[in-house]
Amino acid sequence: MPDKKQDLIDQNLQDLNNDGVDRRGFLKCMAWAGTGLVWTLSGGVPVSRAFAKGYGKDDGKGADFSFVQISDSHIGFNKPANPDVTATLQTAINKINAMPHKPDFIIHTGDLTQLSKPGEFDTLDQTLKGAAAKQIYFVPGEHDMLTDNGEQYLQRFGKGTKGTGWYSFDHKGVHFIGLVNVANLKAGGMGSLGHDQLEWMEDDLKGRSASTPIVLFAHIPLWTVYPEWGWGTDDSEQALSYVKRFGSVTVLNGHIHQIMQKVEGKVSFHTAMSTAFPQPAPGTAPSAGPMKVPAEQLQQVLGITDVNYVVSGRSLAIVDSPLGA
Amino acid sequence: MTRNNMRIAGLAAAVMIAALLMFAGTPSVAANDQAVAEVKIDNFSFGPQTVTVPVGTTVTWKNVDDIPHTSVSTDGVFKSKVMDTDEKFSYTFTKAGTYPYYCTIHPKMTGQIVVK
Repeated sequence: MPDKKQDLIDQNLQDLNNDGVDRRGFLKCMAWAGTGLVWTLSGGVPVSRAFAKGYGKDDGKGADFSFVQISDSHIGFNKPANPDVTATLQTAINKINAMPHKPDFIIHTGDLTQLSKPGEFDTLDQTLKGAAAKQIYFVPGEHDMLTDNGEQYLQRFGKGTKGTGWYSFDHKGVHFIGLVNVANLKAGGMGSLGHDQLEWMEDDLKGRSASTPIVLFAHIPLWTVYPEWGWGTDDSEQALSYVKRFGSVTVLNGHIHQIMQKVEGKVSFHTAMSTAFPQPAPGTAPSAGPMKVPAEQLQQVLGITDVNYVVSGRSLAIVDSPLGA
Repeated sequence: MTRNNMRIAGLAAAVMIAALLMFAGTPSVAANDQAVAEVKIDNFSFGPQTVTVPVGTTVTWKNVDDIPHTSVSTDGVFKSKVMDTDEKFSYTFTKAGTYPYYCTIHPKMTGQIVVK
């Protein structure tokens, strides 16, 4: 018996093919460095079109709410890949403040700082105070827990959270879960959530209706992007098993400083650009270190991610915008 | 280096010299006859990944990446602070054994020091 949903996906992919996007590439994963992508989820069926095709002023209209994801600010980084990361974070904030539809809140998916220094946390805090959206949710990146087991991060950005900084909240019918996969990492491994957090997550989701849209956010991708560079989370399968019964699951990550996405059943995975510096596509460089691009191109490879939610239609649109657009 | 380690290092000096002859070419010998070896942290890897040294050798890690790294013994024997670009960490190995270590920030980065 032909799978109806698969037919729909194939049809949508066919549309993508007409846009010149390779189907196999879509199914595997997609990298849209320096461009953007509108991503919608309608009744569990993913639809996608290139951002370059036009993301107009009206695209946010009709959304029940929107929020913005920023990531990897690396305040304190001063190497050639971007000697002024505070300025590019400021540009990101300006861009968010200028959006035609005001986001309800901002999510920062970690690596706030480069070296977990108090002064770096201060600068980040001061810069984010300029955002019109006053509510900002955080999860730590590995750079935010370099000293004191992340105690400083917890005191300043993780008040009221559990364990090393995980928590959940509800907003207009959507359930958000912030996860920490950068603590207590094991030699030879990738990101890790750990037993305590997984147990908490399972408990947190218990009793929730399967029609509740779920958004998971964490620093390191919760899917294996490139194990050779540690771009994945060792026990993410376990976490994803807890959200299998839900009709709409969106996973937002950072860490890899470039846009990638993947769709697996009802789960859509998405990584955001950094506000600080780009990193190479998997396997295209000797290592994942900061990538130096010509100064005039920098703002095309840094950016923000705008997420629109239409609760009534159960649809979700993710738009990545480079700072320079 | 603690006073105790200094004494051990001193007592081991004769043994060390003999050992150095056996491992000629691996560690270099400083002016004070103290054996040293260096591990370079570059492109998110420890190089060389395995370093074999005689007892008493001081191993120095140097980070030349644009990203901070650590060098931490898997068995809790030694633990560097966070090394930013061009920063170093040294540890003197006073007992024979195999010491696996990794970068706690990027745990895919692993290496080992073999002390004979």
